[in-house]
Amino acid sequence: MGRLAKNSPASEITPEGLYMNRREFMRNAVLFTATSAGVGGSLLWLMRGGRAEPRPSERGGGTDANEQPLTIARYGGYATDEQLTPYRDITSYNNFYEFGTDKSDPAENARTLQPRPWTVAVEGEVHSPQVIDVDQLLTRFPLEERVYRMRCVEAWSMVIPWVGFPLGDLLKWVEPTSRAKYVAFTTLLDPEQMPEQRRHVLDWPYGEGLRIDEAMHPLAILAVGLYGKVLPNQNGAPLRLVVPWKYGFKGIKSIVKIRLTEEQPPTTWSLAAPHEYGFYANVNPSVDHPRWSQATERRIGEFRRRPTLPFNGYAEQVAGLYSGMDLRRFF
Amino acid sequence: MRRAGPLPWLKPGVFVGALVPIGAILWRAWRGELGANPIAQALNQLGLIALVFLVAALACTPLKIFFGWTWPIRLRRMLGLFGFFYGLLHVGTYVGLDQVLDWHAIWDDVTKRKFIFVGFSAFVLLVPLAATSTSGSLKRLGYARWKRLHRLAYVAPLLGVIHFTWRVKKDVREPVAYAVVLGALLLIRVGAYLRARLSAPAPVRSERSRLVSGG
Repeated sequence: MGRLAKNSPASEITPEGLYMNRREFMRNAVLFTATSAGVGGSLLWLMRGGRAEPRPSERGGGTDANEQPLTIARYGGYATDEQLTPYRDITSYNNFYEFGTDKSDPAENARTLQPRPWTVAVEGEVHSPQVIDVDQLLTRFPLEERVYRMRCVEAWSMVIPWVGFPLGDLLKWVEPTSRAKYVAFTTLLDPEQMPEQRRHVLDWPYGEGLRIDEAMHPLAILAVGLYGKVLPNQNGAPLRLVVPWKYGFKGIKSIVKIRLTEEQPPTTWSLAAPHEYGFYANVNPSVDHPRWSQATERRIGEFRRRPTLPFNGYAEQVAGLYSGMDLRRFF
Repeated sequence: MRRAGPLPWLKPGVFVGALVPIGAILWRAWRGELGANPIAQALNQLGLIALVFLVAALACTPLKIFFGWTWPIRLRRMLGLFGFFYGLLHVGTYVGLDQVLDWHAIWDDVTKRKFIFVGFSAFVLLVPLAATSTSGSLKRLGYARWKRLHRLAYVAPLLGVIHFTWRVKKDVREPVAYAVVLGALLLIRVGAYLRARLSAPAPVRSERSRLVSGG
């Protein structure tokens, strides 16, 4: 009011002046609100990487509807008494770049994947190559629950009750030849189902590989479910690899092809950044990622970081596979 | 129309809007809606918002050069200070929540990891800027020295963008977007500076100081 009076003649301090003052106050209040809403809204938008908030129907979406129970023949192999990571976290915090690079993207976008019907080709250096429907796999190989630690190369970890069967069982079934030294895995290539394959973030399709002795190790499994139910799309439905002593990116998802080879197969992350991601990718707290430490990890749901264990705590079972190898060189 | 002062709603409006991100993060943290890895989520979002404010502070002068608007200049100090504020929260989250005051690990990170070194440097550069952001400091330091010191306002977001780019695993679209905006803002200044020099050799000083007072 004082400021208003400064540039108005005294005679104008009248009911009309008060009226103008109120009008101006209202106007300023509106502009103030619009400014703060505009600035705040823009910042929230930028916080989500410039994307709109997911619609309520998409939030936590994924394939929770597809929660069919699986028939599990055996429990407790290699059990750990560590606390399980909640289903909600396992299914909403995923690296699955075929559906986006943000960890919440796969849960929001993976419903375009059609995990049934689905066939897997097992071929290469084998005596009896197979093309088999994933549902036939489930009846051929008795399912087990395996509670494994999962350590991501990004230094976070989970404890996941997988349902699956040993990879070695599948490989024995197709009878590897004597030339089979490696196993190469390939993810589905279909931009219709995996929309982010239209962008060249990685060399599609995603490919991974194991040495044959690693693949035959009883800890290595092909998972078809978690928490006793069919695998949600964002976790790699219908069939994914789980190699618990290696970083999570070795666990290739939505597999369509398993090929036994004589030569070491190229793997997606080691092609993308060879100095950061190796073929072996064994969890190793003493070999840091070039950009961050691997000495500790955050267990999802815990506050404090915990020390990372060699081979993710499975050294007793798997260290023998690498005796005599320089694990700094073969990271 | 009579006004109580030019755009009296502007600064308070931006101020309140600028507090929305921290409000949203605290609200979501309290409701358990920050996702499976809430500390990483808060850390990333605070760092991003710090960068947004630092870039926004650098956008004020180009807006004046291009459109002749003077109102953004009045927001510049506040935007820069919010950049520092969110940078402080970002560093505080890293030190206090992510590393839980594990000074040994923090020292290792800052000295061994170049992305953390660069990010930490950006923050360190902001400290003297925030400390000398008052009009009193400007008078104490003298305009020329104050101005020279505050050129660091260009360096900090540059380091911030590098920090962001080195942090992401593969998908650099977002950091590159900030790099492009930052590059464009710096180019506009360089362009304006060169044009001023070329068109009028004599009044360079005054032209420069005009830019400078807005830059």
